[in-house]
Amino acid sequence: MTWEIVVGIETHAQLLTKSKIFSGASTAFGAAPNTQASAVDIALPGVLPVLNRRAVELAIRFGLAVGGQISRRSIFARKNYFYPDSPKGYQISQYELPIVQGGSLTIAVGDAAKNIRLTRAHLEEDAGKSLHEDFHGMSGIDLNRAGTPLLEIVSEPDLRGAAEAVAYAKTLHVLVRGIEICDGNMQEGSFRCDANVSVRRTGETRLGTRCEIKNLNSFRFMEQAIEFEAKRQIEILESGGKIVQETRLYDPDRDETRSMRTKEDAQDYRYFPDPDLLPLVITEGMIEEVRQTMPELPGAKRSRFEQIGVPTHTATTLTSNIDMARVFDDTTLYIRADPTMTPRQQTQAIVSAANTIVTSLSSKIDDWGAAIISWPNLSKQIGQIAIRVAQGTISSVAAKEVQDAVLTSDESVDDVIQRRGLQQISDAGALETLVDEVLAANAKQVADYRAGKDKAFNSLVGQVMKATRGKANPTQVNEILRRKLER
Amino acid sequence: MLNATLAELASALAAKRISSVELTTLFLARIAALNGALNAFITVDEERSLADARAADALRARGEGGALTGIPIAHKDIYCTRGIRTTCGSKMLANFVSPYDAHVIERFAAAHAVLLGKTNMDEFAMGSSNETSYCGPVRNPWDLQRVPGGSSGGSAAAVAARMTPAATGTDTGGSIRQPAALAGVSGLKPTYGAVSRYGMVAFASSLDQGGPLAKSAADLALLMNAMAGHDTRDSTSIERPAEDYTRSLGRSLAGLRIGLPREYFAAGVEPDVLARVRETVAWFESQGARPVEISLANTRLAVPVYYVLALAEASSNLSRFDGVRYGHRASDPQDLLDLYRRTRAEGFGAEVKRRILIGTYVLSHGYYDAYYLQAQKVRRLITQDFVQAYRECDVIMGPTAPGTAFPIGAKAGDPVQMYLGDIFTVPASLAGLPAISVPCGFDSRGLPVGLQITGNHFAEATLLGAAHRYQQAHDWHLRVPKETPL
Repeated sequence: MTWEIVVGIETHAQLLTKSKIFSGASTAFGAAPNTQASAVDIALPGVLPVLNRRAVELAIRFGLAVGGQISRRSIFARKNYFYPDSPKGYQISQYELPIVQGGSLTIAVGDAAKNIRLTRAHLEEDAGKSLHEDFHGMSGIDLNRAGTPLLEIVSEPDLRGAAEAVAYAKTLHVLVRGIEICDGNMQEGSFRCDANVSVRRTGETRLGTRCEIKNLNSFRFMEQAIEFEAKRQIEILESGGKIVQETRLYDPDRDETRSMRTKEDAQDYRYFPDPDLLPLVITEGMIEEVRQTMPELPGAKRSRFEQIGVPTHTATTLTSNIDMARVFDDTTLYIRADPTMTPRQQTQAIVSAANTIVTSLSSKIDDWGAAIISWPNLSKQIGQIAIRVAQGTISSVAAKEVQDAVLTSDESVDDVIQRRGLQQISDAGALETLVDEVLAANAKQVADYRAGKDKAFNSLVGQVMKATRGKANPTQVNEILRRKLER
Repeated sequence: MLNATLAELASALAAKRISSVELTTLFLARIAALNGALNAFITVDEERSLADARAADALRARGEGGALTGIPIAHKDIYCTRGIRTTCGSKMLANFVSPYDAHVIERFAAAHAVLLGKTNMDEFAMGSSNETSYCGPVRNPWDLQRVPGGSSGGSAAAVAARMTPAATGTDTGGSIRQPAALAGVSGLKPTYGAVSRYGMVAFASSLDQGGPLAKSAADLALLMNAMAGHDTRDSTSIERPAEDYTRSLGRSLAGLRIGLPREYFAAGVEPDVLARVRETVAWFESQGARPVEISLANTRLAVPVYYVLALAEASSNLSRFDGVRYGHRASDPQDLLDLYRRTRAEGFGAEVKRRILIGTYVLSHGYYDAYYLQAQKVRRLITQDFVQAYRECDVIMGPTAPGTAFPIGAKAGDPVQMYLGDIFTVPASLAGLPAISVPCGFDSRGLPVGLQITGNHFAEATLLGAAHRYQQAHDWHLRVPKETPL
């Protein structure tokens, strides 16, 4: 008997607004506790919420990007519960009438595409944080995050298994960053997912009893948690047990999910329309305005990159990171602006730049942090290096060295090439002499090659490159070596 | 000076017949003399008041200032005031000092009025008798054994006893109009959204509306000019051009169509009250106004609907008083739940707890549709009644309250009886309409009777104009209570 794992994902994406959803306080992360909490955020007596229009625009932008229906009229409701990090005693959220209804997201499942339906996306405010350490037996409350705008995005239970769930979460992550509504920082909690997991026997059409898994703050944890949870449920069902609907917490240290609360202890939130806020009315004009300023969608961006010659895999990686994509676009503009290049060289340079960005730049981000992306000369440098490679001035091996050098100094690309003598050796005469020397010094490899061991050829190329410290034009070296060996 | 209108005070100040410091000192002395008996003020800060007065005098000396410059105004203790505590009549906020000023307080400061003090009120504005205040009941200057009405009972009593020239109040289901009627002063509840709620401690957000209490309709108009106006900090504040509320004070009554709802002239209203209101309507008729009999068919549903909706909102609005950030906090809590339970058990009075319980109940799963949703539907029907009525009339007249001031403690044990006293004031609240209460005579015990005039949305000027005409021909509003002679 086989089982089908059914997953729906709820995502809280922090919207990229400067101020909070109902107050003028800043939303910047990492400030000293309670320094970014206004009278409204700490819920002083008499204060009132005022809706941040920017949060509405960003929610509309999301709705348009997923092909959802933008509600012309939506309602803010109060979700009542007591907790110290919820200063009003209620959270302002949307309940019966959310701002976005429906829509869908296409994910890649292997080589196939699968359409995942969205239920809704609604606006709400984030809570503050309780700090349970270092307060002499008491808890501290930091209300800096209280009132930060969130878009809660709810998928239908269309996902089958952990891999699809992760593919969905990653696709959504790329989308919200791509349309610039969320910074996607999972460590800082800007993009948080909960998974609703149930299992059923293959062929069954009714949904099984689900459990909601919280605290999935990385894609890896999401995958592990769903796999653990599905296995747990299957074991219970196979041994004749029943699943209890409950909320469970994933513990990454022990790789298991634990019960937080069952449906029986579910609170009655006493939702009702917030009388402090009028119904949110969205006009056709507002939607049109948002449509006009909609950033390029990730799918469109990937096809555009592919069309200019970037291989699919590289294009996908570039698209997954809005900053890298921006650097690539700037670099492309720089390369296109060089009049000395032939169209073929330009394409070559652009593809080479794309490779540089997804390989060496992303490792630099790992080492140095994302700030490197905003380095003012970054695109120009990458462009110049790619041009030198396409023109044959330097080899792609030397390109890496130049890249490292310009990032850590004020030197120009050409100065580095000059000073370090990295110009590619394309002088046929010089290369012929060099190859002769290498062949003479490596009689064994020559013999091996001639005996049919192709691997020996690469070793010989390596020797030539080594002798020139990577500066020999690899195409020429190949050509000369082969010619001489065939003789 | 104690019995002068705001316009008279302004001209005395402008003519330098009196300074603001002198005027403020006069009223501070009157408060000192009478507050022990009336308990109309919770907080008086003489230094602050005199500093305001000196600043106003300096302004006047430079030839500047407007209609309210240097005039002392008392504020209901529901408006947040920086530097002076805002108790809301509750132990929960007994020592709360707001770090910011309410919009209304800012407006009066901008007009250079003097902040005379903070007036007593029912706890969190929940009451119709001012008996639920943590600071003790307010007494009615017309009979110290009787209530002044509520929840703005302190403001009404203070104006009636001439302890202040004028005061602010708030009205959720009648909290300006009913105490105005019971204490024999004039009070206006503006159209919902006309006065910003920013900085007014919330009771029921969809109904709460700030407004003035004063001796006369003309004074109310001057106060409205200061109080009303759009405020971006209140999303329900209405964006309209500023208006001059005094503009219709001279308007003739000829042709004014006065709607007389059958349901307001019915059994359950004290005979003296009905008689005074009928006499008043007759006077309006003598001035050329035309009475029209109308029906507000859903009037009997207004009180139950009000007590479902107002308390639902209140139960949520009062959740923020949890002992975590400000206000009363239970000592030595065992854990979080204990902190919440004891803070709220100790901090709130019995009526507030009753209302939180009812409000929580009507919003609960399984009851929401039957109570809250149903009440919302009936609220629309009540509003429809008024829409229909204003096709046939310009204003609606009737008694403000079914009876005059009742003895302290008479209804305290019977909340339903107390709630039913709001029958004529809650309909306008539910429909968001402006309504004024003005004194229209006395009952056989010598207690004031109030006439309520309700208008269509934004018809404040019409209401003030009609009331002003009436007050030009009568002196009920100028009579001083016998317990507090000048």
